[in-house]
Amino acid sequence: MTTYSNAGAIQTNGNRMATTAEVDSIEAARLARVLKRQHWYDKAFRNTTLSFALLVLAMLAAIIASLIFGAYPAFQEFGFGFLTSSEWNPVTDRYGALNTIYGTVVTSLIALVIAIPVSFGIAIFLTELCPPWLKRPLGTAVELLAAIPSIIYGMWGLFVFAPIFSEYIQPFLAQTLGKLPIIGNLFQGPAMGIGMLAAGIILSIMVIPFIASVMRDVFEVVPGVLKESAYGLGATTWEVVRNVVLPYTKIGVVGGIMLGLGRALGETMAVTFVIGNAHKISASLFMPGNSIASTLANEFAEAGKDLHVASLISLGLVLFLITFIVLAIAKLLLIRLTRNEGART
Amino acid sequence: MAIGMLSLAWILYTLLERGLGGLNLAVFTQMTPPPGSAGGLVNAIFGSLMMVGFATLIATPVGILAGIYLAEFGNRGWVGPATRFINDILLSAPSIVVGLFIYTIYVAKVQHFSGWAGTLALSLLAVPVVVRTTENMLRLVPNSLREAASALGAPQWKVILTVALRAVRGGVLTGLLLAVARISGETAPLLFTALNNQFWSADMNAPMANLPVVIFQFAMSPFENWQSLAWAGALLITFSVLVLNIVARSIFSQNAKN
Repeated sequence: MTTYSNAGAIQTNGNRMATTAEVDSIEAARLARVLKRQHWYDKAFRNTTLSFALLVLAMLAAIIASLIFGAYPAFQEFGFGFLTSSEWNPVTDRYGALNTIYGTVVTSLIALVIAIPVSFGIAIFLTELCPPWLKRPLGTAVELLAAIPSIIYGMWGLFVFAPIFSEYIQPFLAQTLGKLPIIGNLFQGPAMGIGMLAAGIILSIMVIPFIASVMRDVFEVVPGVLKESAYGLGATTWEVVRNVVLPYTKIGVVGGIMLGLGRALGETMAVTFVIGNAHKISASLFMPGNSIASTLANEFAEAGKDLHVASLISLGLVLFLITFIVLAIAKLLLIRLTRNEGART
Repeated sequence: MAIGMLSLAWILYTLLERGLGGLNLAVFTQMTPPPGSAGGLVNAIFGSLMMVGFATLIATPVGILAGIYLAEFGNRGWVGPATRFINDILLSAPSIVVGLFIYTIYVAKVQHFSGWAGTLALSLLAVPVVVRTTENMLRLVPNSLREAASALGAPQWKVILTVALRAVRGGVLTGLLLAVARISGETAPLLFTALNNQFWSADMNAPMANLPVVIFQFAMSPFENWQSLAWAGALLITFSVLVLNIVARSIFSQNAKN
């Protein structure tokens, strides 16, 4: 071991005092070796983490590729008419995606129609109207609601909500909204308690926490200065929300809504319990239907024929592509919002 | 606001009411019964614990390392922004599609369902959560800390592993707990990867009993004892998920206070 003395002279292991030049070159060589090794470690570390990050990209590519591969027989057999045919007959091996796409879209739309105003109310309450001591617990409660597994919502929907729905709410709807000229057709039919409307309502309860927390985060981005100057001019809370907060954050609000839509489109268990598993398109929302996810959940494990399996996988491909597009748009909108922070609207 | 909170309270109340009725010691000691007989859920609980445990083991290194890349090296070039974007999309992707994917590449190839397939599906769902939280936590570490370590002569990999990561280990742990909470409640990806098993099985290469699928099967059935077991299982899952979430948040806020 070399040691340093304050005179700058160095003693080596032997008793001879080395010259400065010799010592410098030994030190330089040793330092160079250490640096080279550490540089190699740095590169190895960087490449390792890079490969894991690329693994995430590879996962997405693999999912899309395998779904296309698995769905290919169905598209080969039916062509693009698969997407517009509403037949679904495992016995005669004829499949079409239309009723499931219809079910997915309709339940998600119902969920959004209910969830958007409610989440909006929750977000406004949490950011503007809530007393400070209540803010943390309520915010945590909303996030915990988001964490509850979806199968719980499905069970609650089937065992608790559906009976109440069929006994009180559905007859009420049939007698009030069902009598109106055009939209009345949406509320006709037997009050079974399960069906598209019930599935949409359960889905909305699932989706509310997501949209509410995104909206709350987005509303908190608004600079306090803007809101306070509006209050200072004498605006009421509602006027501040409508004329200051919303225009500032409208991109983020739409992004949050699309995030909730992406969630709702892919939701399986909450919908499977209450949608009724009927492969047809009905005019009324009281009737049962099927969504892509519920079809997969119900039929995949027992699908025997290859064409049945391939059709189910192509349904999965359709679902993945729809949710991918919706989530990508949502992400882009939210990125736009954070980039425009502080910019004029 | 009131509607939202009311529905949460209603769901939890129903869960408690019906779940506690079915919960007894037998749930933890006996196996899933045929309809009409008494039994418990122990094989399902064990199977779920195994699969969730292995999935976390797989997802932790993958997620943390990818998160390290995104936070430390991912600011230049295209890999960082692309990975971040794709990761956030995978975070909200339908879980049943992940199950389909594992089915296509693994189950169809080996021609049988297995616990490993279920584990793979769950880890695919857990990785985005871990990546996101690790990256967010590492971004919170002030650059002055990293610069101080570099000034002392530490190479970059040491700076990241022993300084930055250590500084946020509470946050990373929070992310892991949230990932575990997320995958323990997932049913759809297990429906056709691990399938289900009526009996006790510790063989990961065969269909494995797991709590969410058992709940699904029992709840949709017309048998009374199966339905009460389903409620008990639902209460167990919800309780553990909520506890995990609360623990994760309290670790995070304690870490933030320090």
